[in-house]
This record gives sequence, C-alpha cells and structure tokens, in this order.
Amino acid sequence: MNRLRFWFLLPARVWFVALFFAPLAIICAYSLLTRGVYGGVEQPWTWESYRRMIDPLYGIILLRSVVLSGAATAICVVLAFPLALFISRATRRKNLYLQLVMLPFWTSFLVRTYAWMFLLRDTGLVNTALIGLGFLRQPLPLLYNDAAVLLGLVYAFLPFMVLPLYATLERLDPALLEAAADLGARPRAAFFRVIVPLAKPGIWAGVALVFIPCLGAYLTPDLLGGGKSVMIGNLVQNQFTNARDWPFGAAASLTLMLLTLAALAAVYRRGPKDLL
Amino acid sequence: MKRGLAIYAAAAYAFLHLPLATLVVFSFNASRFTLWEGFSFRWYQSLFTDAEMADAAWNSVIIAIVSTVISTIAGTLTAYGLWKRGSRLLSGSLYLSLVTPEIVTGISLLAFFQWAFRWLGWHLGLYTVILAHVSFSIAYVAIVVAARLRTFDPALEEAAMDLGATEWRAFWRVTLPALTPGIVAAALLALTISFDDYVITSLVAGVDSTTLPMVIYAMARRGANPSINAISALIVVIFGALILISERLREA
Repeated sequence: MNRLRFWFLLPARVWFVALFFAPLAIICAYSLLTRGVYGGVEQPWTWESYRRMIDPLYGIILLRSVVLSGAATAICVVLAFPLALFISRATRRKNLYLQLVMLPFWTSFLVRTYAWMFLLRDTGLVNTALIGLGFLRQPLPLLYNDAAVLLGLVYAFLPFMVLPLYATLERLDPALLEAAADLGARPRAAFFRVIVPLAKPGIWAGVALVFIPCLGAYLTPDLLGGGKSVMIGNLVQNQFTNARDWPFGAAASLTLMLLTLAALAAVYRRGPKDLL
Repeated sequence: MKRGLAIYAAAAYAFLHLPLATLVVFSFNASRFTLWEGFSFRWYQSLFTDAEMADAAWNSVIIAIVSTVISTIAGTLTAYGLWKRGSRLLSGSLYLSLVTPEIVTGISLLAFFQWAFRWLGWHLGLYTVILAHVSFSIAYVAIVVAARLRTFDPALEEAAMDLGATEWRAFWRVTLPALTPGIVAAALLALTISFDDYVITSLVAGVDSTTLPMVIYAMARRGANPSINAISALIVVIFGALILISERLREA
C-alpha cells in the first residue's frame, strides 16, 4: 500500500512546499531586510520593520483590527444564538432553515459586500429613501467609517456562528430543560444556567470561525471603510503596492499570521475540537 | 417564548437576505439612479455588449475550470492517502493553509513569483492565478472528500484485494466510485471559491488576466453603476444553484 500512498500524497506535498511554505519563507526573509531605494529589498538585516509595527501610527491599525474583530464576534454570538435556537427547536424544515442561513454566505463575498455599498452610500437606497420621504435633506454619511466595516463583518460571518451553535444546541437534551423547570427555574434562569453553559463548545467554535477571518479581512474594510477604517489586511496590501515598502508589508503579514495562530490556539485550548 | 423566537428568526433571515434581494430587484430598474422608474433589462443588455466584461468572464471561467480540475485530483488523492495512514505534517499544512488570511497568501505568492521570475524572465499571467487558486483549493477539496471517506468501509477495499485486485484497481473500481458524490461536491466548492476570489487573484494576476471579480471591484470603487447589480444578480443565481446542487450531493 505504501507505494501508492506515497504517489498519492506527492502532488499535495510538492504543492505545499513550493507554493505555500517557500512563499512564506520569502516573506519571513523580506520582513528582516531593508527597504530598497526603488522598492524591493536590500541588505542589511534588521528588526526595524517589526519595531515600526508597534509605532502608534501603525499600532492603531493593529488595535482597530483586534477591536473590530472582537466586536463583530460578540455581536455575531448575540445575533446567532436565538436563530440557532430557533432552528434547533423547529419541528420541520430544519434543513431548509439551515440552507437559508448558508445561501447568502455562498453567494460571492464581493457581491455581498457591494450590496452594502449599494444600500449605504450617499446616493444609496437608504439615503435616497430617507430623503425621498422627507426625513432628511442631506444624505447621512453611512459608508466609509468603522460602523460600516463592523456591519459588513457581522453580515459576512454571521452564518459561521449560526452553524456551530446549531450543532451543539441540536444535541441538547430537552429533558434537561424540563428538569430545570421542575426544580423551579424560570425560562430566563434555565437559558443562562443550562442552555448557555451547555452550548459553550459551539460558542467557542463560532468565535474561532468568526474572529479569525475578521482579523484577516481585506475586502470589507477596503470597500466599506474606504481608507478611513484601515485594518491589518489593508496595511499589508498598501505596503506592497502604493507605499512600496516590502519589508514593512512582510512584517505586517507575519504579525497578522501570528495573531491568527494565537487566536486559534487560545480558542482551541477551550475544547471545541469536534466542531472545528 | 416560541413565538418570540419565530419573529426574531424572521428578522434575522430578512437581515441575511434583504441586501441581496434589493440588489437583484434594482438590477431591473430602468433608471441609472436608485429611484424605481420601471422594469427594464437595459443593464443586462449593456452587460452582454461589454467587451471588457466578456474577456474577464472568460478568464474567470478558464481559471476556475483548470484550477478546479487540478485541485480536485490533487485534493482527492491527498484525502485518500491520508485516510490510508495519517500524516500530521501534511494535515497540519492543510489546516494552516485554510486559516492563513487570504491577503497573506496573496502577498507571499506575489513576492515568491516576483523573486522566482527575476531569474526565469517570466511574467504574471493566467497561469500564476491558476497556481494560486490550486494552492488554496486543495485543502477545501481534501477536507470535503475526507468527510466522505469517513463513511466508507475499508473492508470493501480489502475484499476487492482478497479477490485479486491490485491496490490501484481496488482504489479505481471500488473506492473512487463510492466517493464520487463527495468529489463532485468538493469540485463545485472549489469552482465557486475560485470564481469568486478577488483578494489573491488581484495580487497575482498579470495585465492580460483580469477576472470578473476584478472588474466588479473596479466598478464598485468607481461608484454607482447598475450594471454591477445585473452581474451580481446573475452571480447570486448561478452560485446559489451550484451550491444547492453541491449540498444535495454531499448529503446523498
């Protein structure tokens, strides 16, 4: 058997070494070099790019990425929990309800982000409607701020929170709730002291599935933040294109990668292993 | 309690679906502005006469098909090989490539291509996009096929080999047919991911390899243009259909 297995795994192994690890190694090397006069990289080796990451000018971008991702994740937990509960309690059409959650997720990320531009910009549907109905004279600046980015992130990744929550709530034994009620717990107490603790693995799995892609978000802050709400992903892109500072862009990429892995490790330790 | 949940769920579904639904509705608007002025197909007509759009769509289709074929084969072989005997290093790499932010994958591939091409004298083009797409699709394919393999009984293959089949024949005639629904689902997933990708594609694409998402992105940045609504509506409908088929197959 082992001969066949060797040949079967060969394409993936070669592909990963050549087009995943080698590029990452180059980024590691670039992050420790000096910016070239005409772009590109030059000797000498230095830690300078990493030092600049914690400079307040860029530190604010790191901070914004973490705060916006954390806020988006928290909002997703709150919004997804009742929806997951509803689906898990539904007596029929469960699959339809689940597919309705996933359907927008599977339709082009770019299109979904554009949908919010269409709704929120100055000449967008919301402003046009409010002006047309006489509530406003001037359009509200709904787009190109932190709130628009937050909304876009929540909209984009809400399905990722619903699915793992549903998976844990589905397994919850209804007898436990009856027992809580028999012992005198009101629905509210039963919810917070029985349902939520038992749903913890699902919550943590959802936190990982939402927080991690939010942290690395590029399109959402780019289109809905419009340069006013910059996250790490945009910083990376900008350093490689407009600013032509590859070492700093490389250092920013690796910082993002490290934050992602740290978040993953932190969540993974809390044990939603069978859900991730 | 139960009614409250149902009302909440209706609101949540509205939040998830209304933005896309309004986009589709306004793709049929006769006006260039966001005021409804009657039903019209003019934005669809302008779409089909747009040469730039047609080129980009063609590029996207080629990239999606070629990268899907390669990644489906490589990913299926990987899933099967790992099912025979695990490899922590390889499955770790698969998961690592899944959690790596797209912008990091894109930038590192760009840096890698530029570094390698300095000596080779090559340029970015369709094939660099295809290479990039395969490298992020392999993991998706492998994971979907691996899920299907978990329900496959290894005794069937052993039986085939006891009856004189070679390893390869047992794989080709027994295991592979049983995996087909999972493989097709994985391929459809890879196809949609490739067709939709903007972040990585825009970084590794050459001047002659603009894709559909790149055109949509440029139009969105430029400002209001109802043609984006029309192309978005088409994408929503086509993607929705592909994914529903893929889901059916995965459950089958």
